[in-house]
Amino acid sequence: MSQTIFFILSALTIISALGVLFAKNPMYSVLSLIACFFTVAGHYIMLNAQFLAIVHLIVYAGAIMVLFLFVVMLLNLNAETEPHKTSKIKFAAVIAGGILFLTIIASLKAGIPGAYHLPVKSNIGLVEIIGQKLFTDYLLPFEVSSILFLSAMIGSVLLAKKEKR
Amino acid sequence: MTENILQDTALITPALLVPLLPLIGFIINGLAGKRLPKSITGWIASLAVLGSFICSVSIFNALDATNSINIDLFNWITFGNTSIAFGLQVDSLTTTMLLVVSGIGFLIHLYSIGYMHDDEGFTRFFTYLNLFIFFMLILIMGNNYLMMFIGWEGVGLCSYLLIGFWFKNDAYNDAAKKAFVMNRIGDLGFLLGMFFMLFHFGTLDFDGVANAAAGLDSNHILIVTITLLLFVGAMGKSAQIPLYTWLPDAMAGPTPVSALIHAATMVTAGIYMVVRSNVLFALAPHTLDVVLITGVATSVFAAVIGLMQNDIKKVLAYSTVSQLGLMFAALGLGAFSSGMFHVVTHAFFKALLFLGSGSVIHALHGEQDIRKMGGLGKYIKITYFTFLIGSLAISGIPPFAGFFSKDEILAKAFEQNPLVWGILSISAMMTAFYMFRLVYLTFNGNFRGTEETKKHIHESPAIMTTPLVILAILSIVGGFMGLPAVLGFTHRFAAYLSHVTDASKEFLPHAHHLSHATEYALIATAIIAAIAAILYARNQYVSKGNLPVSDEQALPVLQKAIVNKFYVDELYDKLFVKPIQVLSELFLVLVDKLIIDLLVNATAWFVGLTGRTIRLIQTGNTGFYIFAMVSGMIILLVIRLFI
Amino acid sequence: MENTIQTIPQNWYLLLSAFLFCIGVMGVLMRRNAIIILMCIELMLNSVNLLLVSFSAYKGNSDGQVFVFFIMVVAAAEVAVGLALLMSIYRNVASTDINVLNKLKW
Repeated sequence: MSQTIFFILSALTIISALGVLFAKNPMYSVLSLIACFFTVAGHYIMLNAQFLAIVHLIVYAGAIMVLFLFVVMLLNLNAETEPHKTSKIKFAAVIAGGILFLTIIASLKAGIPGAYHLPVKSNIGLVEIIGQKLFTDYLLPFEVSSILFLSAMIGSVLLAKKEKR
Repeated sequence: MTENILQDTALITPALLVPLLPLIGFIINGLAGKRLPKSITGWIASLAVLGSFICSVSIFNALDATNSINIDLFNWITFGNTSIAFGLQVDSLTTTMLLVVSGIGFLIHLYSIGYMHDDEGFTRFFTYLNLFIFFMLILIMGNNYLMMFIGWEGVGLCSYLLIGFWFKNDAYNDAAKKAFVMNRIGDLGFLLGMFFMLFHFGTLDFDGVANAAAGLDSNHILIVTITLLLFVGAMGKSAQIPLYTWLPDAMAGPTPVSALIHAATMVTAGIYMVVRSNVLFALAPHTLDVVLITGVATSVFAAVIGLMQNDIKKVLAYSTVSQLGLMFAALGLGAFSSGMFHVVTHAFFKALLFLGSGSVIHALHGEQDIRKMGGLGKYIKITYFTFLIGSLAISGIPPFAGFFSKDEILAKAFEQNPLVWGILSISAMMTAFYMFRLVYLTFNGNFRGTEETKKHIHESPAIMTTPLVILAILSIVGGFMGLPAVLGFTHRFAAYLSHVTDASKEFLPHAHHLSHATEYALIATAIIAAIAAILYARNQYVSKGNLPVSDEQALPVLQKAIVNKFYVDELYDKLFVKPIQVLSELFLVLVDKLIIDLLVNATAWFVGLTGRTIRLIQTGNTGFYIFAMVSGMIILLVIRLFI
Repeated sequence: MENTIQTIPQNWYLLLSAFLFCIGVMGVLMRRNAIIILMCIELMLNSVNLLLVSFSAYKGNSDGQVFVFFIMVVAAAEVAVGLALLMSIYRNVASTDINVLNKLKW
């Protein structure tokens, strides 16, 4: 049962990811990336990371991708305006990606993680546990990340603002 | 020496306060001095030193002469089995020096408030002065050679800063540099001596070194080496032949500096150091011979030069060099407490004389040439009388302070070697002569300066004359702490120091004691000689009214040589300075320009070339960068996997 | 869902994330539109997130999930700034083609 779900989800993930690459229209790229994120959220749920799955959906699908959509629409990008690389470069890119995949697989072979026989805890992904960690062990990084957000916010407002000539 | 270390902690606080107060004064004036009103900064500095003096007095009262306090503040340097403490110690020798340094230091601070009143560097002056006092106190309070060396270097620095105090004058800066470099030569000796001690004895503690050395034979090559090296350090700091030439030039500094640093305290550091290491020196009679010869030679040589000088401060400077030579002669004779005694009395009357000369210079608005003075006794009476007392004291007229200490040294000299006694007596006679030449030319006769200056001659304010009077009183009574045994007194000064100096007694040869008749004869000879010299000076400069010749006038060869200080400076210039300059020129062309510049330029050229070549990779095409990044990732993974 | 971990070997997740990562890399190399490249970077970040979550699950330790949380924070900030940069670039050169952006050189 889980295996079937895993295969279906993985297939959908890979297909939508490839869709991002090969869609002619940037709009479709964005939409297929959103689909990809949904399937990844499914994987999270399967891995008992329920809270993270929800956050993932809210942040990526809800916020980041909307931002992408806005920009694509704002710039009025479509298949006609899309710059295209020559097929030679595309071919080279696929080769390079393939080699990278092979080397990663090879390195996985070299250091295959041993089977984990730990008592499996199903509750590690719950809000309670994550919150506990976040506000005790990781309190400082948590607070610092808020500063990062603030600076990113100010930075993007400043960058996107129209320059006075 | 350490058996009876005082366990009582009551004295530790004042002992720590002694060096701390001037340091605090230095920090306040150094950091906030510009924002404080001028009048306050001078008083802060003076009160800091007064505080030190009061603490020193309380230590002096509470501390028995046979006791010592040892305060190890913390372990400073530790390596292997050796550790050097940042420690202070107080015993009778230290207390003596503490009282002299802080007491005279305070008087000179007070004097400086008046003397430096109109100077734009007023606050800076007091900052340096406090720093000097701090380092001087560290020098005399340290309980090991390294602590002493810190103070040693510190006072050298302050001496440099204060000689070049009026740094807008190039000649003054040169004098400061000269003093610094000359001292550095001596310091190298001191440093090497310390290395030898550390290497062979494994300690730098005074007691530890003395104990370790006591186990060695007399005249052991190691001890002779160490003591000779230490003596080289003392030569530099205390201006002995051949390193004395910096001291007369050091008169470029303000007069209170000359009084404090270059007469009363810093230059006696060398004597203090030898007395502190008296066990070492007593174990090395060869070194003592060297010390004796150097001291005697310096004493006479400087006295001869002093005969013909025309600058009021230069005369006093050569007199200081001569007196320091006398002290070293005493040390060379093994009479450590006599040397210290002369240090103390000399500090009184030489500080007095310098401050008096400062008062004269102040009255004449900066005039230092005695040929343009004369007759000042009528106008500045307090200065005149105190200066006269100082001169009597240095000339060795009883009952003034100098008589007792000088006579003691002369007696010790006669005990061991009548020849030394003879030379030192001649030197003492010359001292009496040139001091009274100075007094008569400055204060007697008619004024030889311009009418304009004459109108403005005025006595110094009370803040300057008070220290003069106090020092004059000290110059009168200061000798009474060391009344000679032959007159039926106990020598209280020697008794006080005996705790320190007795340690070396067993290593020194026992001289036969002089009979009372001989001692009386010696005293009488010394007094008669001094009076004769004074009368001769009076005959020359008052009765006959002779004047020193002006610079242009031709002189017989010998006199010309004396006026030009025997051309020692010129000799050093030819022997050391010029060859080094030539060598520097050579190295500049050969090594610096040819080799080093070539290397540097070649490196720069190579970096430029590689930069020009490699920058071609940066095409500005983002796609290419990404491609390069991915290739890098692949290569890294491959390396990780297969290599 | 508790049996997921028992029935699925972790290697499968590793393979999946490796593949997703390589798709991201390919996309970066293949496309010239800077916005798509930014999206492909998001894809790569997600593959790493997936990896972290899987390790967290298989080790029974929630620290990995906290790290994912922080990666999301950084990703969000990065996208905001990156898109703002693209906006201002577009305003200047009227294009998001990275081949136009070749001014950054000597």
